[in-house]
Amino acid sequence: MTFFDLARRNVVRHWLRSSLAVIGIVIGVIAIASLGIMGNSIGLMFGDMVSDVGDTLIVSPATGVGGGKLTERQVTDITRAVGSNVVIPFSSTGDRISVGDKESAAMIYAIPAGDIPSLLDVESGSYPKETGAGCLIGSQLAANSRDNGLKLGARVRLGDETLRVTGVLKERGMGFDINPDYAIIVPYSWYSSHYDEDDYDQVIVKVRNVDDIDAVKESIEQRMNRREDVVNVMDTRGILESIFEATGSITVFLAGIGAISLLVAGVSILNVMLMSVTERIKEIGVLRSIGTRRSEVMRMFIYEALVLGLAGAVIGGVLSFCAGYLVTAIFVGNADYLFDPTSLLYIVFGMAFGVITSVASGFYPAWKAAHLNPIQALRHE
Amino acid sequence: MPVISFENVTKVYPLPAGDVVALAGVDLAIEEGEFVLIMGPSGSGKSTLLNIMGSLDVPTSGEVMIAEKRIGGMDDDDLTLLRRDHIGFVFQQFNLIPLLSVVENVEYPLILKGRQNGTRERAEEVLQAVGIEKTHFTHKPGELSGGQQQRVAIARALVNDPAFLLCDEPTGNLDSKTGTAIMTLLDRMNREEGKTVVMVTHDPRMTEYADRTIRLVDGRVEE
Repeated sequence: MTFFDLARRNVVRHWLRSSLAVIGIVIGVIAIASLGIMGNSIGLMFGDMVSDVGDTLIVSPATGVGGGKLTERQVTDITRAVGSNVVIPFSSTGDRISVGDKESAAMIYAIPAGDIPSLLDVESGSYPKETGAGCLIGSQLAANSRDNGLKLGARVRLGDETLRVTGVLKERGMGFDINPDYAIIVPYSWYSSHYDEDDYDQVIVKVRNVDDIDAVKESIEQRMNRREDVVNVMDTRGILESIFEATGSITVFLAGIGAISLLVAGVSILNVMLMSVTERIKEIGVLRSIGTRRSEVMRMFIYEALVLGLAGAVIGGVLSFCAGYLVTAIFVGNADYLFDPTSLLYIVFGMAFGVITSVASGFYPAWKAAHLNPIQALRHE
Repeated sequence: MPVISFENVTKVYPLPAGDVVALAGVDLAIEEGEFVLIMGPSGSGKSTLLNIMGSLDVPTSGEVMIAEKRIGGMDDDDLTLLRRDHIGFVFQQFNLIPLLSVVENVEYPLILKGRQNGTRERAEEVLQAVGIEKTHFTHKPGELSGGQQQRVAIARALVNDPAFLLCDEPTGNLDSKTGTAIMTLLDRMNREEGKTVVMVTHDPRMTEYADRTIRLVDGRVEE
């Protein structure tokens, strides 16, 4: 028999009242954990969608200059400005395509054939040659077009010319530069002759060392925008950072809403404990008169709050796991995010917060119990 | 050396309507092995005297020695430890802890002294000495009769081998037959074990058990 044991017995003695207080903590823990997991999963989802690791600069023409295109000369200038880093110019358009007698529309990216391997990976087949009439198709386009025969080796008609599908790309996800999953990739020279077009829409610069990204950006801007703004340089790392910052704020906001519900639970623990102290004034008087010190009485009541908090945290932790599963499966659409350590951390965080709130709420009642006057407490009926 | 000694002890309660003098210069000494009654009408300062003897309260002035310790100037923790280690309380209302079983109630003061072996055995030994059957050890206090509860309370008071038992109307809540049995038990503890017993009571029949009676009137000892 210890003070902890005494506290546990008192919690059990008033099991209905204790369970109600525990339910408060359980709800609070679930609220913090599941809202935290939800916010975190949204962040993880963005992270997965954005395939770029942040080593990319995108150079696009400043509005209204040169008809919104980059000339061959400007591309050469950019190449000089970035030193040994890879420069990939490209153009894009949308057009009607037909396979056999079935017509549809697709996004078309034109990239110099030599640069394609440094930007995209093929899943099956091979890269097209600069001079040939070959093309690559995106993974989602390939998956969605099985019925109409758009697959490796098929012939695609674009206007009055025919391209052979030489390869299918690996899935790449959403990017800041190009989104090839639903698109057709053609060699730039074929595009240039087919659409009678010599300029590029944008230039992608892949920076070898991520730490150089600011210096490279600076270098391009200095060279190109000497007199007036000719190009805009977009830094994907900066975009990624601001996205992660935003999802981080969302997570904190959501967990904060959860924390409010835990605060309410804390008030109910405070109430239950104050009730417990008031009911047991006489008992406290007896304990004090037969030699229980103030600190020991205090400990007894703190333990009582701890027992409530621990019960709430454990039950809440288990239920948070279930709630987290639902939240990630329904709202985010991928329950795997729950098993990410950063998500599971929110369950631990919720549980810890539950225990801390309970103990903090028990502190004042415990102090009150410990500082009762033993003579008056003994006389209390 | 007396177990309890009071020298010119006063206790004054300051109230807005004027100070109330509960004890006005009390001198007394209780020697080891004595059975002493404290009697007096209500308002005579009996409770205050009992509280100070039980080191639940300290005097306004004067010198109080309990178990060879001066209680003036002690802080709350010192007073609490004095109660725990040297004083055995027996109350009118038994005041057992409802959450604890009979044997745990008796064991409680031993556990307060810190973890040690044999606390359960010691508690059982004392319970048997006050006449509680083994089958009742694991019951909760509420399941026992009043007389049995008071026996358990006496066992709890004795378990730490205190310097004296301080009894506040121990038979006040019992019928006369059970009350007599409790008095016989206290008398036996006094005679056979040599326990000092100090007892506050209204009941004049108790004088037959006592070595002497201290009468309080208006906060003074009446000779």
